[in-house]
Amino acid sequence: MAAALEARAIAHDFGGRPVLRGIDLTVGAGETVALLGPNGAGKSTLLRILALLLGPRSGTVTVQGHDGRAARAEALRQLGYLGHESACYPDLTARENLAFYGELFGVRDAGRIDDLLAWTGLADAADRPLRTCSRGMVQRVGLARALLHRPSVVLLDEPFTGLDPAASDALEQWLRALRAEGCAVLAAVHDVARAAALATCVVVLHGGRLAWTSPGPVPDAAALAERYRAATERLG
Amino acid sequence: MRAALAIVRKDLRIEWRTRETATTLAVLGVLLVTVLAFAHDPEPEAAPLLVPAVVWSAMVFTGLLGVERGFLVEREQDCLAGLRGAPIDPTALYLAKLVVNVLLLGATHAVVVPLSGLFLHVELWSVLPALALVLFLGTLGFAAVATLFAFVTVRLRTRQVMLPLLVLPLLMPLLIAAVKATEAVLGGTLAVAGEALGVLVAFDVIFVTAGALLFPAMIND
Repeated sequence: MAAALEARAIAHDFGGRPVLRGIDLTVGAGETVALLGPNGAGKSTLLRILALLLGPRSGTVTVQGHDGRAARAEALRQLGYLGHESACYPDLTARENLAFYGELFGVRDAGRIDDLLAWTGLADAADRPLRTCSRGMVQRVGLARALLHRPSVVLLDEPFTGLDPAASDALEQWLRALRAEGCAVLAAVHDVARAAALATCVVVLHGGRLAWTSPGPVPDAAALAERYRAATERLG
Repeated sequence: MRAALAIVRKDLRIEWRTRETATTLAVLGVLLVTVLAFAHDPEPEAAPLLVPAVVWSAMVFTGLLGVERGFLVEREQDCLAGLRGAPIDPTALYLAKLVVNVLLLGATHAVVVPLSGLFLHVELWSVLPALALVLFLGTLGFAAVATLFAFVTVRLRTRQVMLPLLVLPLLMPLLIAAVKATEAVLGGTLAVAGEALGVLVAFDVIFVTAGALLFPAMIND
């Protein structure tokens, strides 16, 4: 499978305290990789580095063959990133937020915004300022923003956090749809069962190191939980 | 350029909808002018001499507050990550923020300057074009420096201390030239104003260029 996203020897520290220590990671087209790890393992830092929002101390990131430093703009066109927050302006409506980001990404397809609003179930709330919307709705606008420019690589940092069960199930369906379209998805998740249900590959990050990488899907949640426990206990 | 215009439109739309920054700056400006004008209680013939000091003091206080608020909008919901994740030249972000700051500070001048004229008995209408030029050049230079440093300090807990500490020493030549130019324009001595205007133009060219060149390195750190 061709590598849509490739990270080599990524290392990073904050004020001399190592956070990531030589991470190698590859996500292929049509693959969904779940990134598991305890709090402080370095998942968010790794995702921000892969999203080209943070420069690593060493290592390289390549997105669809574009080097993250030398061809940053080309690489960013292929990336969709949704962090802990939506990166959408609370005083703008969902439609205005998407129109704004559409201009930045040069999205010229006029129907794309309407399609995404309908797909994420936001058509009826499209013209309400986000400040008046629920956490789940804002999260969906954030997802629509991340997918607006049809990225081939999607990075999600704990996308299920704060969502009710119905919204979580809907998000899971959207992630399956992205995979069917050939998107490479890397998602940091805390819920082992969700990772087992969704992922074609599971990666466990602990203490800034890759503690375990599954050879393929691990649909058995109990087995994955056992693997996760063993990987995080082994490194202390 | 397209990205910069999109950011300017977005910022102005948010400001139009909330009116947070413009209202805060206008209220602060009116308060400062009122206090400064009445605290000195000058003789009618001496009062006009205070106008440059009042106008530019108000500009410094309102400007520091306004420029900082421009970046606080980007902190909420981590919108800065959204901007940085877009394939745009970071210079576009700097120039857009600079334009928005100049517009907001210009709107504040529109309140502060006539009020200063009223309280300090100065007829401004006859010198309006020259005064507007001085105000524009001074505001542009101020915003060029403050916008650059506000991006750095907005991420700090101590930003309200750090921004003035960083920018005020750099702004001294600009403020001195702006006060001199305003004084000269109001006094009708345009030859003196010409010299100070030269300093303002040079300051603007240097710091707008420096801001545009340095901002990409700062945002990508």
